[in-house]
Amino acid sequence: MTDIALGALAGLPTTTGAGVDQIAFPDRARYVPTIAGLREAGFEMVADLCCVDYLGHPGRTLPDGVAPERFEVVVNLLSLSAKRRVRVRVQVPEADAVVDSLFSLYPGTEAMEREAFDMFGVRFTGHPDLTRILMPEEWEGHPLRKDYGTGRVPIQFKEAPGPR
Amino acid sequence: MTADFDDMPRVIERPTWSPRETSEGAQELSLRDATDSDELGREVGAVLRLEDGKVLDPSQIDFDRPDDETMIINMGPQHPSTHGVLRLMLELEGEVVLRTKPIIGYLHTGMEKTGEELTYVQGATNVTRMDYMSPFHTETVFSMATEALLGIEIPDRATWIRTLMLELNRLSSHLLWMATNGMDLGSTSMMIYGFREREMVMSFFEKTTGLRFNNNFVRPGGVAADLPDGWEDDVAVICDTVLARTFEYDDLLTGQPIFRERTEGVGGLTAEEALALSVTGPLLRSTGVPWDLRRSMPYLAYGELDFDVIVGTYGDNFDRYALRLAEIRESIRMLRQIIEKMPSGDYRIQDPKVTPPPRGRIDASMEALIHHFKIFTEGFKVPEGEVYAAIESPRGELGCYLVSDGSSKPFRMHIRGPSFVNLQVLPLLLRGGLLSDAVACISSVDPVMGEVDR
Repeated sequence: MTDIALGALAGLPTTTGAGVDQIAFPDRARYVPTIAGLREAGFEMVADLCCVDYLGHPGRTLPDGVAPERFEVVVNLLSLSAKRRVRVRVQVPEADAVVDSLFSLYPGTEAMEREAFDMFGVRFTGHPDLTRILMPEEWEGHPLRKDYGTGRVPIQFKEAPGPR
Repeated sequence: MTADFDDMPRVIERPTWSPRETSEGAQELSLRDATDSDELGREVGAVLRLEDGKVLDPSQIDFDRPDDETMIINMGPQHPSTHGVLRLMLELEGEVVLRTKPIIGYLHTGMEKTGEELTYVQGATNVTRMDYMSPFHTETVFSMATEALLGIEIPDRATWIRTLMLELNRLSSHLLWMATNGMDLGSTSMMIYGFREREMVMSFFEKTTGLRFNNNFVRPGGVAADLPDGWEDDVAVICDTVLARTFEYDDLLTGQPIFRERTEGVGGLTAEEALALSVTGPLLRSTGVPWDLRRSMPYLAYGELDFDVIVGTYGDNFDRYALRLAEIRESIRMLRQIIEKMPSGDYRIQDPKVTPPPRGRIDASMEALIHHFKIFTEGFKVPEGEVYAAIESPRGELGCYLVSDGSSKPFRMHIRGPSFVNLQVLPLLLRGGLLSDAVACISSVDPVMGEVDR
């Protein structure tokens, strides 16, 4: 394991976790500069970008200075040269569910951000083509939100008596 | 009733430009004069905003080209060489592909949402249906993420059984890829041979897990059952037979002039492009980047195995073919070491909170009955937290991001599907190539649509 400068995370609330060096919690204003700094430091790849809806979560462990919001955009960065991982978690409020896109830094986030938009309705400013990717275009709602009902198909058993 | 109908909007609002209509509705790939320069630049392949515009100088894009010189066609979703239900919109000039837009979502069944409704015990049954060509990998990454949240270590033998099954699964997945890639390029015999060899691995899966696909064999806490008697001989036979037959593939394809002509220099990719697009797996290694999680960030028993990471040079379709063929041989090398090194012991953790008690103890012990009942009705509780686990699937980095709220069901389960991310490379691979090579390029990405759409 080669050492890598994590100066981009200076001044940010951080924790550690299994399989990852640092978990950083920048606010939305420092989100893109933090990722840009990590890219400078040698994190060549965004391994994963996803969104989490914390509605109804009994309380997550967050470091001091981070105000919990309903949505959280989670970016897993990977450094191939140093063989290290860093995770960045950004709080996104429900009333203004917008974050800046990482497309200009990592074009590979294009599909991942579209998926996050499709499933959670979080918008990414600066994304070139923010449309639905998995659901049909005319679909209403964002299925992975916690307040999106799953619905059910009524089952009619063959021998069951009919409705009276 | 009629009043309700009157209130409904009858026409779905269309954009102001008039898209060409097909039997499927409006085409998503819009005309050039209706597309702004940013989006056009992205579609023709200038996806990468690399520092010096290595990929494509935006000034080279012909924005003023009249639309009547080109043709927009729709390939898929029901097309035999799209490996499932991938739909591509292609802009062609004669036979040359100018723009490509992959359209996915036809297999979307909301498995991440389903995962939130199932307990951790049931979860493996759900995720195994994502990448149906390598079910063991998805089960393993889900189990590893759960175990990381639980903070448990699985026994040695369970680790080695998992490694064995993962490598066998990589073998079967690559063999199937050899088969379908051969068929896409017109080699029907390769198709038959690939399936024949894969069948041996499938039979072993059936013998071990009871199922050929969607095995639900790897579970949080270990594996579902011990290996059957005589497994060493079965695996040794698979190794010997498949290894001997890879040399037949060499005769059939590797040295074949038509095959080489159609794959060499087609669908080229550079390391910068691959890294910028988050491409992993054989696609990334074919560009010469020696990145393999089995070696770079060892998990399970891979740290104790002796194997080579295969890399390519040119990043073209032939490199990807040769790389997967070589990976089959490396997998066989690993399987032979696993037979030698397989330790004895438990195949699952002896923690009554995670592992159901054996059938015999249920009759004898009240406690065992309670644990059994609890595990199968309620599941086990996982401490609050979040974790990202990643392994090397036959297609690249397969990740699982789990968020737990302390209950027995995941609060959020996200699977980072390598095919989903790798598909982004298609507009780049296809640009400037022939339509017939497009089929070979799709195949060389090796997308599994079940994992793309989840």
